[in-house]
Amino acid sequence: MTVVSMTVNGKAARADVPDNTLLVEYIREHLRLTGTHVGCDTSQCGACVVHVNGKAVKSCAALAVASEGADVTTIEGLANGEMHPMQTAFKENHGLQCGFCTPGMVMTATDMVARYRESGKTLDEAAIRSELEGNICRCTGYHNIVKAIADGASKMASS
Amino acid sequence: MSEGIGARVLRKEDKRFLIGKGRYTDDIIEQNQAYAAFVRSPHAHAAVKSIDASAAEAMDGVIAVLNGAQLTGDGIGNIICGWGVTSKDGSPMNMGAWSALATDKVRYVGDAVAIVVADSLATARLAAEMVEVDYDVLPVVVNSVDGLSDGAPQLHENAPGNLVFDWELGNEGPTDAALAGAAFTTEMDIVNNRLSPNAMEPRAAIATFNEADDHYTLYTTSQNPHVARLVLSAFYNVAPEHKLRVIAPDVGGGFGSKIYIYPEEIACLWASMKTNRSVKWTSDRTEAFMTDAHGRDHVTHAKIGFDKDHKIVGLKVDTKANLGAYMSLFSSATPTYLYGTLLSGQYNIENIYCNVKAVYTNTVPVDAYRGAGRPEASYVMERMMETAAREMGVDPAELRRKNFVTEFPHQTPVIMAYDSGDFAANQDQAMEAADYAGFEARRAEAASRGKLRGIGFSNYIEACGIAPSAAVGSLGAGVGLWESAEVRVNPVGTIEVLTGSHSHGQGHETTFTQIVAERFGLPTENIQIVHGDTDKVQFGMGTYGSRSGAVGMSAIVKAMDKVEAKVKKIGAHVLEASEDDIIIEDGAVKVKGTDKQMLWHEVGLAAYTAHNIPEGMEPGLKETSFYDPSNFTFPAGCYICEVEVDPETGTTQIVQFVASDDFGTIINPMIVEGQVHGGIAQGIGQALLEGVVYDDSGQLLSASYMDYAMPRAHDLPNYSVHHQSTTCPGNPLGMKGCGEAGAIGSPPAVINAITDAIGNNDLSMPATPAKVWAAIQAAGAKQAAE
Ligand code: FES
Ligand code: FES
Repeated sequence: MTVVSMTVNGKAARADVPDNTLLVEYIREHLRLTGTHVGCDTSQCGACVVHVNGKAVKSCAALAVASEGADVTTIEGLANGEMHPMQTAFKENHGLQCGFCTPGMVMTATDMVARYRESGKTLDEAAIRSELEGNICRCTGYHNIVKAIADGASKMASS
Repeated sequence: MSEGIGARVLRKEDKRFLIGKGRYTDDIIEQNQAYAAFVRSPHAHAAVKSIDASAAEAMDGVIAVLNGAQLTGDGIGNIICGWGVTSKDGSPMNMGAWSALATDKVRYVGDAVAIVVADSLATARLAAEMVEVDYDVLPVVVNSVDGLSDGAPQLHENAPGNLVFDWELGNEGPTDAALAGAAFTTEMDIVNNRLSPNAMEPRAAIATFNEADDHYTLYTTSQNPHVARLVLSAFYNVAPEHKLRVIAPDVGGGFGSKIYIYPEEIACLWASMKTNRSVKWTSDRTEAFMTDAHGRDHVTHAKIGFDKDHKIVGLKVDTKANLGAYMSLFSSATPTYLYGTLLSGQYNIENIYCNVKAVYTNTVPVDAYRGAGRPEASYVMERMMETAAREMGVDPAELRRKNFVTEFPHQTPVIMAYDSGDFAANQDQAMEAADYAGFEARRAEAASRGKLRGIGFSNYIEACGIAPSAAVGSLGAGVGLWESAEVRVNPVGTIEVLTGSHSHGQGHETTFTQIVAERFGLPTENIQIVHGDTDKVQFGMGTYGSRSGAVGMSAIVKAMDKVEAKVKKIGAHVLEASEDDIIIEDGAVKVKGTDKQMLWHEVGLAAYTAHNIPEGMEPGLKETSFYDPSNFTFPAGCYICEVEVDPETGTTQIVQFVASDDFGTIINPMIVEGQVHGGIAQGIGQALLEGVVYDDSGQLLSASYMDYAMPRAHDLPNYSVHHQSTTCPGNPLGMKGCGEAGAIGSPPAVINAITDAIGNNDLSMPATPAKVWAAIQAAGAKQAAE
């Protein structure tokens, strides 16, 4: 067992967990933040994406101990009170149906927009589609997710 | 009104999902919760000689290891198929025994042998690996054709030759005669590839037995919690119906795979009683591939005949359907009454004959997956039509148009009576949106870039609603397929609608609200939809078969009719007017032509205070309806796919996908388009990417997202989605249903487009680059030889 401490959604978190505890288990089972989901066992679906020190990470593919001292943001902490512009864009563009892939999609999307902005590259439709390689949605056929991310990117730019 | 029928209202349910506050089964933790893991067979076919659980039981944290002998010893019943299908010789189907935990024999890789209950998930999984099962490995058969062959390994004693049933529909003699006399015929071997549904939320269950009152609660990932409760109590004897509460909270997609009651729910409920703990099980993805019911898996030979004017004279279809190792809940209906009955397509065909042999194999049970039988029928029909057009040298759109059913009602020779539609209108709309006229120029332009461009049609029709009850009953259904609704107007005028439908992505909280808001002129925030809990909703049949609009919403309309009648009586009484003069609009009950009115909440209050209601009227304002429609509904449409194939690599790119659907009345176009998008994506997935693969020893080779090609965003195009609707005469809202159309209509359009591009009609799904490349080479070789 190891005591793992990190900052999650701005709050100090601490739990004594088995050494092989995955970050997603730490978040879901120990912190009871269940917005982060598990959709596969091979790190491919992206339902578990969170931000660790500002970068999108598949929390099913990281050990909790490896995030000792890190600053972690989950879907629950993406916005304070009101919805984040990307969350609003998903709603307005009907970018979700069953909602299971959605937290991972939104966390991936905000990271994608930030990275493209930083590097000065254009986030066009083809770029969005290829950036979504690691996120699977079975419900939407991606059409509206792609639209939502483009819309969310412009909303983020103007907010 | 902006939030009523036809408005693009944003979804009420979105917020909780977007902020991470959805409540899926695995998110729930019960007091005193333990964790389950299953001991599963690594063999596709084997006799179970002995089970030694002593090492597992000795582990710290292990609460119990329970096996099939104990389960059956406690009187837990076998899993059944709820739809009886009769063979053509009149004999009943051969249902093999399926125990939730195998007793003497395992029949597919993943078949559960024992359940381990432990304090932690890690311990449960570790202990499951410590259980030693002694197997006697038996020969294996994995596909339907081999399953029927002489000398094939036999799965069930009561199913000689692995034959589940040998079913027929239509009239063989006249069909043979029509085909013999046809001016043109086209014959094809057509395989409908086996798929894994892959809802993104894996199945899960939490069972809690409360010894204080002998009561069970089951949280489960179900599309139809009431049916689950009924089956668990009436057939599996797990708990009496009045002592079992089934809750399907937020459910992360279903696509059919969450209709069925699986071994795990049964075992968890029983284990909870045995251990006096809450027992939680959550599937991982590998387990999902190994145990969730698969879909499709048909091997078909079909022949279609035309007269000299290119009118269809007959269609004969011979199909072998793989049902897997056991009969799942609706497995018999999918390749029969949801398949053969749709083989008339959108066309006038006098003579149809269909024979389906259903076969046991050492694979996961196969059942309904989005579309269920209807995609298989459309795929046969639409590939035949396109291929026939090419062979006869006529335009595929024209050939279809010449054969369209144009008068309704239309009785097909295969049971269904189409009630409405305008197939030519959908085809016109799709052809215009796809710029069909400009295709040859685009083909030439692509050729100048070294690309092969092709276009393919698919004119699908489906039967939805899966009702009326008497009709499905006469075809073998073990349950009625109506839907229920209860509309409760509270004393303050807010409304709760309790529905037997279940939403797992369809957005019922939004669309169901819209029809109530429109009817009574109320703001949508005053309306709440309640579903998915057998303690709240008395009964319901659940969501599948695109039935929640046509059947589920109709039940709400019928209940609202009753509420309206009572409200008018109260209004007339209080406002001292004639009932005929009372109208309900803008959230008020008014006397026509006067300024006398009661606000909606005043009516609610009047009903509950009961100080001033008509004499003899019962207080309160709550009405129920059980709605049973008069016919199936028949959504139909025309899909056009355009592709570019790289002849060097065989890679297919979908450059255009157009859909024109007739769904009848549309409540929320935004949601309907979303359903079509998702359905098309699954259909394209089937056509280009997906396929379950078993090796000859029955090992599942496609058991993870590394091996099973799920469609990703970059595999798919944007969709050009259109509607051209006729009203369905069979239900009060005129709805036909939209949930499955995309998955039904799209696969033939994609394959027809690729085969057009490469000039070879012989191509099977999934059309991987390797297969397409080989088909190009074969076409080239053939051309060179000619
Ligand atoms: S759960 Fe992490 S990628 Fe699927
Ligand atoms: S919305 Fe259901 S998986 Fe994406």
